[in-house]
Amino acid sequence: MNIKIVILAIGAVIGVPVILMAYIMFGERLIGKFKGKKRQAKIRPWFWLSPAFILLFVFLIYPVINTIILSFENANSTGFVGLKNYIFIFTSRATLIALKNNLLWLVFVTLVTVTLGLLIAVLTDRIKYESVAKAFIFLPMAISAVAAGVIWKFMYEFKPKGTEQIGTVNAVLSAVIPNFEPKAWLFNPPINTFALMIVYIWMWTGFCMIILSAGLKGIPDSLLEAARIDGANEWKIFWRIIIPTMASTIIVVATTMVINVLKIFDIVYVMTNGTLGTEVIANRMYKEMFNFRNYGRASAIAVILLIAIIPVMLVNIKRFGQKRS
Amino acid sequence: MKSLGARNNVLVKIVSKGPLNILILFICAAWLIPSLGLFVSSFRPAHLILSTGWWRAFKTPFTFTLENYKKVLTTAGMGRSFINSLIITIPATVMPILIAAFAAYAFAWMKFPGRDFLFLLVVALLVVPIQMTLIPVLTLFNKLRLTGTFLGIWIAHTGYGLPFAVYLLRNFIGELPEEMFESARLDGASHYTIFLHLVLPTSIPALSSLAIFQFMWVWNDLLVALIYLGGNPTVSPMPLSISNLVNSYGAGWEYLTSAAFISMVLPIVIFFSLQKYFVRGILAGSVKG
Repeated sequence: MNIKIVILAIGAVIGVPVILMAYIMFGERLIGKFKGKKRQAKIRPWFWLSPAFILLFVFLIYPVINTIILSFENANSTGFVGLKNYIFIFTSRATLIALKNNLLWLVFVTLVTVTLGLLIAVLTDRIKYESVAKAFIFLPMAISAVAAGVIWKFMYEFKPKGTEQIGTVNAVLSAVIPNFEPKAWLFNPPINTFALMIVYIWMWTGFCMIILSAGLKGIPDSLLEAARIDGANEWKIFWRIIIPTMASTIIVVATTMVINVLKIFDIVYVMTNGTLGTEVIANRMYKEMFNFRNYGRASAIAVILLIAIIPVMLVNIKRFGQKRS
Repeated sequence: MKSLGARNNVLVKIVSKGPLNILILFICAAWLIPSLGLFVSSFRPAHLILSTGWWRAFKTPFTFTLENYKKVLTTAGMGRSFINSLIITIPATVMPILIAAFAAYAFAWMKFPGRDFLFLLVVALLVVPIQMTLIPVLTLFNKLRLTGTFLGIWIAHTGYGLPFAVYLLRNFIGELPEEMFESARLDGASHYTIFLHLVLPTSIPALSSLAIFQFMWVWNDLLVALIYLGGNPTVSPMPLSISNLVNSYGAGWEYLTSAAFISMVLPIVIFFSLQKYFVRGILAGSVKG
């Protein structure tokens, strides 16, 4: 173990806050030297904002602009190629599979996580051990997608019929369904894409459940009681009261999931690396970037991801603008 | 009459809640079993993992072993990776929070031209896919020789964590009572004093949520490490090392299960002990990109 590295890490943990606080302290003194309160108030904000905005510029703003430019250039960014990279993405077989799969992921995973999250939130609302049950569902959120990939690769493990199954999925199905033919879940398209989606659903349903559950607690009890007294059954209450009052929360959760799912990478990278028809956009970008060294195509793929997210971005900005006024 | 009705009600409740409880227990079991299978298998000898289902471990004769952990920590280098993960995660958690707190304070309590525009820019950056930044930043890192270094990945995680951190803290600090700031100003307190002695202490709930969030995010990250640390095993964090282990054909389940479990221990402990703050963070900023 390298002592130098440990010292560097400790230095970063203690040193960086000290340096930052010193920056503000001395900066404030410097500002104090300027004549006039008005002048000071004019300079001050930029001083407090600049560390954050320098980093935001280097790691987000400049790269976004640069990537857009790169997407119109060739593999090693030496010449302008127009729309060639984009045309390639919408015509080549490999990227078309990735686009199709991403769309499938987007629809299926968002639908299932939000529905399941809402269902579990509503169900656990009626039991005494609510927090324990919710913690179990939520727990996979704390696990890395890589560890989740290992967990589920083991769940999907396949042995030929006749030998003992060590993968839980095949073992349970063999026990429940007579004459069940064990399957290699990760090797047979199109099932393998759905097998990967289940891992993602397992990880993210808890996230949806937590937000939806908080929204559910926000519905006043009096509203539900009044409906019950009027003779509405639970089914009606769910559709006529819970869903309409929670509509905005459901939309927020769904859009957050759309953003997350769009960028799906780790699970696919670890479990199949996009082979056998499981390719997705982000994994394809990684391959273009590192395996094929084609920065033009890789950038174009990233831009497509950005374009897909822009509507959500605009909605967020609008939502925030409304909140302020 | 009344008491009979009430008793009936209780009975109805118990009977009608039977299926509900069974359904919930079934869902919980379905969610827990995958992790349980990994956990149990990580303590079983390699030949048993491969020949019998993990659920058989509960039958006599019990054959549990710590051998997998010993092997994976030493020969597979997971011990090193665990330490690397700590070295990467702790500074990458501390750095963005303080920088974001400065900016959040300015956004919330100072007036300047372009304030709304700049904050909307932060909101917009919240959802920018990280993929949009990989090539330019990697090119920059290559030029500055920051690829494969801890320093590089610290500032990268700091930059990527900032939009969410600024957004969350701005909303929290903006909600602090105005009288608090006014009375401090009347006492002649400088912005530095107000920030250090008023804003930071009162923002501890938000800072804790943010710290947990950023910690989990960095600890569990694969993509950023994969791109900026490359194939350098001396700096590789756990997710990167495990994903290499998965892709190498020599690694068996005894390695993968124990390695995965080692990577899960810390976040799970944090999750259970500080769940409240984690949930708060999720609720406060369910727009992270």
